[in-house]
Amino acid sequence: MSEKTIISLKDIELSFDGEVILDKINLDIKDREFITLLGPSGCGKTTTLRIIGGFLEPDSGDVYFDGERINNVPPNKRNVNTVFQKYALFPHLNVYENIAFGLKLKKKPKDEIDRAVKKMLAVVDLKGYEKRPISKLSGGQQQRVAIARALVCDPKVLLLDEPLGALDLKLRKDMQIELKQLQNQLKTTFVFVTHDQEEALTMSDRVVVMNNGKIEQIGTPIDIYNEPANAFVADFIGEANILNGIMKEDYRVIIQGKEIECSDKGFGTFQPVDVVIRPEDIEVCKPEEGLLAGTVTSVVFKGVHYEMEIDCDGCLWIIHSTECESVGTKIGMRFIPNNIHIMNKLFPTENNIFKVTVVSSNSYENSMEIDIEDSVIKVDGYCYPEGSELEISLPPSDIYIAGDGNGALEAYIVSVIYKGEYNEIIMETENHTWLMTSLQDEQVATTAPICFKFDNAHFTLCSGSGGDSK
Amino acid sequence: MKSKAPSCPYLLWMIIFTIIPLAMVIYYAFTDKSGNFTLQSFADSLFYTDVFVRSLWIALLSTAICLLIAYPLSYIMSRAKSSTRNVITMLIMLPMWMNFILRIYAWVLLLQNDGLVDIAVKLLGLDVPLLGTTGAVVLGMVYNFLPFMVLPIHSVMLKIDNRLIEAAEDLGANKVRIFSKVVFPLSVPGIISGITMVFVPTASTFLVAQYLGGTGDKMIGDVIENIFQRDKNVGSAISLALMVIILIFIIVMNKFGDEEAAVA
Amino acid sequence: MRSRRKIGSKIYVALVMVFLYIPIAVLILYSFNDGKTSVWKGFTLKWYYELFNNSAIMNSLYNTLIIAVLAAVISTLLGTFAAIGIYNMKKPVRSLVTTVSNIPIINPEIVTGVSFMLLFTFLGTLFNFEMGFATVLIAHISFCTPYVILNVMPKLRQMDYSIYEAALDLGCNQRQAFFKTIMPEIMPGVISGLLMSFTYSLDDFVITYFTRGPKFQTLPIEIYTMLKRRISPTINALSTLLFVITIAILIIVNIRERKTEKERMTD
Repeated sequence: MSEKTIISLKDIELSFDGEVILDKINLDIKDREFITLLGPSGCGKTTTLRIIGGFLEPDSGDVYFDGERINNVPPNKRNVNTVFQKYALFPHLNVYENIAFGLKLKKKPKDEIDRAVKKMLAVVDLKGYEKRPISKLSGGQQQRVAIARALVCDPKVLLLDEPLGALDLKLRKDMQIELKQLQNQLKTTFVFVTHDQEEALTMSDRVVVMNNGKIEQIGTPIDIYNEPANAFVADFIGEANILNGIMKEDYRVIIQGKEIECSDKGFGTFQPVDVVIRPEDIEVCKPEEGLLAGTVTSVVFKGVHYEMEIDCDGCLWIIHSTECESVGTKIGMRFIPNNIHIMNKLFPTENNIFKVTVVSSNSYENSMEIDIEDSVIKVDGYCYPEGSELEISLPPSDIYIAGDGNGALEAYIVSVIYKGEYNEIIMETENHTWLMTSLQDEQVATTAPICFKFDNAHFTLCSGSGGDSK
Repeated sequence: MKSKAPSCPYLLWMIIFTIIPLAMVIYYAFTDKSGNFTLQSFADSLFYTDVFVRSLWIALLSTAICLLIAYPLSYIMSRAKSSTRNVITMLIMLPMWMNFILRIYAWVLLLQNDGLVDIAVKLLGLDVPLLGTTGAVVLGMVYNFLPFMVLPIHSVMLKIDNRLIEAAEDLGANKVRIFSKVVFPLSVPGIISGITMVFVPTASTFLVAQYLGGTGDKMIGDVIENIFQRDKNVGSAISLALMVIILIFIIVMNKFGDEEAAVA
Repeated sequence: MRSRRKIGSKIYVALVMVFLYIPIAVLILYSFNDGKTSVWKGFTLKWYYELFNNSAIMNSLYNTLIIAVLAAVISTLLGTFAAIGIYNMKKPVRSLVTTVSNIPIINPEIVTGVSFMLLFTFLGTLFNFEMGFATVLIAHISFCTPYVILNVMPKLRQMDYSIYEAALDLGCNQRQAFFKTIMPEIMPGVISGLLMSFTYSLDDFVITYFTRGPKFQTLPIEIYTMLKRRISPTINALSTLLFVITIAILIIVNIRERKTEKERMTD
């Protein structure tokens, strides 16, 4: 990996049908590196790749290749080649003709093409397959033809769009190693897209973690793993115990009521933070020797280690250890400061804070109707005059997902993080971002209908036609 | 490649040669000989209501008979071996390649006095004229359009996933149940297709009645052709009416098909 | 129980086949009849000789073939490009265009024929021309093109669009990528559209009837005219020949299909 930047994306934005797909993406890709765009479905990683390849034009922002702006350069003129997700091999041509396709277009002499194709066939371990029709190839073989076809054109950058997705596990792992070796050999820049975090960690020099059109973190696999920027990254990469904590002061954090030394600073005093501790970093000891104590509720043998679930005052912890305790045992958990990692919370405030207008009020029943994003919602127990503007502070427990499918608003689920006792869910509607807690696990990158209760809400009158509140 | 421009020549063609001619039919239907707006043409065409009704009735009858004959055939074909099925399909399609008029002519030969079928019927003791009857017209229609009913039903039946039948067997269904609860509901789209593909041409053919029917058997297609020789306006009115009836039929069939699909 | 049902099925299929083929058998039989009525007078080939000497028939055959070839080729070109353009349209526009495009298919032939007649008579008085070859050709193209579109569209939808992008990625400009990737993929649809157009044009009677004007004859029209005069069994000879040619074509197509399948298997 050199220090020279080969591709630079500046402030890339893209929307489709009113939905924001990419939200100010900034990324510098270094020459000769193996960089992976990682994230769940719908995060924008493939879109970003297609913008680099020239198949999509961003709504705004610039794409630079080797210092030159290439926004308007079509794919056939870019020194970039793509390995497509479903290989996109030409069905009416055989293996040789597929691989030779790009070279023939460049009108290279026949013997030169011949040599290049044969060499590439050897590189991808398909010697002798020249005349094979595409339909007679297995998935893994088609894969390799697709890679050969792209590489034989000698691009400066190779884009790979989830190329290993359709392969079964063993073949996948073999191909991961082969691709990494290939990249080392050829010294071409590889930009790899995947949703499999293990794959990303295995192959990459750097990983770009994306979610919901934004880049959450860029770093080496070790940095991403050991020092995730937020709970989303911590949860997406590897297994993690993510909890609510309070940063008492620099280097001291309070978890589940207990204070302990940690290695991070700069988060302020008595600030709510997210704390992440990896399951393999927890030391099992006698209950009185640990910071926290709990009961073992399940033990599963995973081959590499035992996975134990611990109930610590109602909070669920996961421990990975080569030794195990039996179910029901009381144990203590010890941590060293370096293994406790502090992150800023994903949601800026503890409660949802938003403004609404009162659409109608009914003082006899002590209820009113408010307008949230064109949806009229009835509020019982509070009555403010019609037309007044209210600021509502709504705790996360007062939002829930409608079981029968009829909700006040349709929300897009951005992240679901398990915090030991409940799931912390962040959702987006057209003009707002919402924080919800739920005991049920929801699916990221889907939409769900949400409803509001106002049991624990707090109302503040901002402006209005005067008159009484409650 | 993302451009819609390649379709421009055809879009232009469509406007000139599909939309404008239809617009002209509508125009003539609503005007009289001097070009003034009038509903007289429609009033005049009411004279032919009985022909209309008869045509629709014959079409329904022919369609129903086609369905009755074609359905078991399609079912048998779909359960047969691939090679047998291909042969039967070819044999069914082959007559379609023969000229339509010649096929009607063949029945004229068979049904006329001293024609083969006439002789056979006389041998059975029935001395009825065969040619020149409504029955002959229906026979001609069924003969002509049977393949149009077989092919869509058979193609839909083929697509029924065998595993659905296996699942039904696994859950305890006998042959009758499998047919009524699995095969039949899933074949409904094919039935709808077939009915549409037979009803539309049978309601609007002309010539079949002229050759095989008697003087009282004239169908709406024959009437239209006749009228157009002297009166464009009434002819257009009748054509428009026919078109609208067919359109309503197709819409009803589609709605029916959607519902069935939803229930199945 | 199984065998009883099997026999029942076989009998049923056989009955249907008899129903379908007796008329054809009769036509063929009487083409060899040395007599004009349905009384069998002896075997003869004279009607076949008469057929070939009948200039009206030969002329109409020639017309039919010319129209069918031209209509098929032009419809295929028009329709293939139309399908590509329509494929790229956004859903609401695409539905509308497809519906209008299917009107000639759904509409009863007689209404289509009559509408053409109205158009051509009107234009004829305006521009002072008579209906004939050109109007028949235009009418045939109009009802064949929707069938081409109907055949090409599914192929476009089935196609993996990323092979077009792959071609671009490897250095093709848009035109090259189209011919190297899209064309081969839709070719089966184009060919079947071509064949369908040819067949429909060849056999068309109703629409040709309304657009032929006073003089232009195609084979179906010629058959109709001959029947009106109820003359000789030359008609039977004609139908027998048509039947034999049709079988021959179908057999050839089938053999070639089986050959290519065998080749594919032994690969």
